[in-house]
Amino acid sequence: MTKVVLPELGEGIDKAIVSYWYFKEGDKVNEKDDLVELTTDKAAFNLPSPCTGILSEVLVHEGDTVNVGEVLAVIEEG
Amino acid sequence: MEFEVFDLGLVDFKKAWEFQKEIFQEVKNGFLESGLILCQHYPVITLGSAANKKNILISEEELKIRGIELYEIERGGDVTYHGPGQLTAYPIFNLNYLKKDIHLFLRQLEEVIIDLLSDLGIKSNRRLGLSGVWVNNQKIASIGIAIKNWITFHGLSINIKKSDLNNFRFIRPCGMDIEMASLETILARDIELANLKIKLIYKFRDVFSAKLKGIACADYNGDTLPIASKDVPPCLPAGRDWV
Repeated sequence: MTKVVLPELGEGIDKAIVSYWYFKEGDKVNEKDDLVELTTDKAAFNLPSPCTGILSEVLVHEGDTVNVGEVLAVIEEG
Repeated sequence: MEFEVFDLGLVDFKKAWEFQKEIFQEVKNGFLESGLILCQHYPVITLGSAANKKNILISEEELKIRGIELYEIERGGDVTYHGPGQLTAYPIFNLNYLKKDIHLFLRQLEEVIIDLLSDLGIKSNRRLGLSGVWVNNQKIASIGIAIKNWITFHGLSINIKKSDLNNFRFIRPCGMDIEMASLETILARDIELANLKIKLIYKFRDVFSAKLKGIACADYNGDTLPIASKDVPPCLPAGRDWV
């Protein structure tokens, strides 16, 4: 099981807003696929999938605010 | 960090967007450290990830009649307008060579513009919480970027020509009731674009402490622009030490 975590985005940035999920729960994802788009200020950035597997849990939804270090989703590898 | 400049001139938004993606791949694959695309667009409204279509104040039908294209794109921010009277810059910068700090990058883009305007004798400023550059309470430059694998795309636009400001009346720029300004309205004189482009390139070089590798120009509405800048003659005025 691999957790998808919001990484460090820079000094003074402690959160971002989920703007778009490219996949939904139950979908197969490949390592490095664009998984989710988040925005902070006037920047939109993508988090890639850390591994190949099934996106088993999506814990935050479009419009939610996520803190740096928080888990956005879980992927069951395989 | 080294960067190559690609001046596309006056170009369809879609073609420039495709070209951004090409340069992005070149940077991602390590063939280029970073690139900077300069261009002007035919009239176009773009919607970013925070966009509300209610901020477009005329119908899609009327947009078509007026010849204004509409695109939803993957940058941050709300709605904005681009036209031939703006200078648009798309830094495709690999932040792995700089600093992996999104807000710092946004502040540096603002600094590029503020420094450029200062050289022209214009005092401009940031507004807290509102990315972009302001002169008094009017917005002169807009910013909206995207980042993948810590490589940036989309970027900024600076209002140059006074005539182009008219089309901003069809939108609520950035989702707000704001007035737009342009270099020509503030300086009350015509601005020559070629000189401004060179100044802008140098500001990117200085603010990012980067090395300018070369400048390639093309009439992109014609043939494909070759990636290798040495194949394309520089379009900027000869007789000066540009690099």
